[in-house]
Amino acid sequence: MRNTAMNMVHKLAARDERVLYIGSDPGAGTLRAMSKEFPSRHLIEGISEAHIIGMSAGLAMEGYVPYVNTIATFLTRRCYEQVAVDLCLHNLPVRLIANGGGLVYAPLGPTHQAIEDIAIMRALPNMTVVCPADADETTRLMEQTLDWLGPIYIRLAKGGDAIVSRAENGFRIGRAILMRAPGDVLMVTTGIMLQRALAAADLLASQDIKAGILHMHTVKPLDVDALVQTIRGVKLLVSLEEHVSTGGLGSAIAEGLIDRLGHGLPAMLRLSLPDAFMHNYGSQDSLMKKHDLAPPGIAAAIERALARPVMPSSQLHST
Amino acid sequence: MIQISPHAEAAQTCTLDERSLYLRRLVLGAVRSAGRGHVGPALSLIEMVRVLYDDILRIDPKNPRDPERDRAILSKGHGCLALYALLADRGFFPLSELEGFCGTNSILGGHPEYGMVPGVEASTGALGHGLSIGVGLALAARMRGRAYRTFVLLGDGEINEGSVWEAAMGAAKHGLDNLVALIDYNKLQSYGPTDYVLPLEPLTEKWRSFGFVVEELNGHDVGALRSALGKVPATMGRPTAIICHTVKGKGLPAAESNADWHHKNKLSEPELDAIRVAVGDF
Repeated sequence: MRNTAMNMVHKLAARDERVLYIGSDPGAGTLRAMSKEFPSRHLIEGISEAHIIGMSAGLAMEGYVPYVNTIATFLTRRCYEQVAVDLCLHNLPVRLIANGGGLVYAPLGPTHQAIEDIAIMRALPNMTVVCPADADETTRLMEQTLDWLGPIYIRLAKGGDAIVSRAENGFRIGRAILMRAPGDVLMVTTGIMLQRALAAADLLASQDIKAGILHMHTVKPLDVDALVQTIRGVKLLVSLEEHVSTGGLGSAIAEGLIDRLGHGLPAMLRLSLPDAFMHNYGSQDSLMKKHDLAPPGIAAAIERALARPVMPSSQLHST
Repeated sequence: MIQISPHAEAAQTCTLDERSLYLRRLVLGAVRSAGRGHVGPALSLIEMVRVLYDDILRIDPKNPRDPERDRAILSKGHGCLALYALLADRGFFPLSELEGFCGTNSILGGHPEYGMVPGVEASTGALGHGLSIGVGLALAARMRGRAYRTFVLLGDGEINEGSVWEAAMGAAKHGLDNLVALIDYNKLQSYGPTDYVLPLEPLTEKWRSFGFVVEELNGHDVGALRSALGKVPATMGRPTAIICHTVKGKGLPAAESNADWHHKNKLSEPELDAIRVAVGDF
């Protein structure tokens, strides 16, 4: 996914002279081919994220489309004020390519685990937040970044993630993709939770539970229209995210549905990481499993939720 | 032992000409109308902004987005009253706008906003942002083969921010001789003296060691500012830093070097009388 994104920057640079690559201190050889073909548009600016965001803003003010690339935590926590003021307040077309969204850097510990990035990025006016599920979807996303107005936060996963997105579904920023039609259950995913949801849906099917999947690659702007259309008849709405429980996809869905409908909502289950820093290492998969975000844990949580008695709305006010 | 710069002494003792007094009347009139404003930071800055907008910047108030214009960013956004006074006087917007300073529907807020104020290149107010944006603008000029120059006005307290020094390294890396940092060195930040809050000295050597061509001058000396800014780039392939020794609150004896005048709310009648004595009726 990361290599795909980088190669797409090179490809876009060949197509459009506004495109710049700006890295802080990436791995040796990152986009070497682009650095040879377009040396003046391949900028390595040092471990100075606050400066890099400001500089990118200046370049964007002059008509460039900078693609800034570094580790997700450094591109969010380190330079949040610059992202807010220099990019979002000015509404500039800078693309933040965040390596290692979620638990990708699990073995490196909490300084490198981007587990609240969706929340803090989507809180910013004018920001667009996209979490592709695999390399193919990353390609389709990157094609659309050239002329999108305003800044985009692109949350990349580890790379080598199973290809589950399909070309025939197309891709538009801000348009959710229905991967499986809903039954009693609808799972809404972002990023690489799509793969987990597909496997969980198979497990649930073996228990005669039909679970649909709506892939919400774009968390902001949220495709509330697709949500509203898809939840008709659904008994349990499940959000799935590799992110803390506060402020991410689940929060966005709840906010969007309450604002749009305000009543008649299905029961909702938010599956996420807890509101806590991770003090375990291991791997992305091992931490996902630990927090019940691997397919068996997801399926089990959904089965438990379906077994819960539903409280009639008439009782809600009397408790 | 830090030597007191002769430019700092000159900044204390120099007198102001009628245009400088007029601009101060505009600033203080806005403060009187709004009942608030960063007085000290604006008054230390006035001659720097005046020379830029009167003599140096290639700008057209009728065409404020001309691609070939010189760019100026007030990175110490809290000094915006000085900038507003110059922009209004130069015709970017009507002088009457100054009376609405900080009003609900005014274009002029307590920090300058891009898109709201004609002539303002970037929204500032959070400190430590302007030089990085300036590096981007200057680098874009280089890459596009454009002749415009970029001037960034920084406060001395502002350069406590580490991002300023990241930007300084970036400017030097790219050899941006079309970029000028002007430092308003009034030696007094919000809490108190810069020497106490976070010592900056040796400031000239700092900027020089970061790769800048450095000049020091009295930041209230219009002639010295014209001369220094008129010869940019001083050295091909290197960015310029001009350390402008100034007096916070310059021109208003009660406010000079007085941290209580960093930000001022409602001006009292005795204060208004003192202002009239210092800068004339307004």
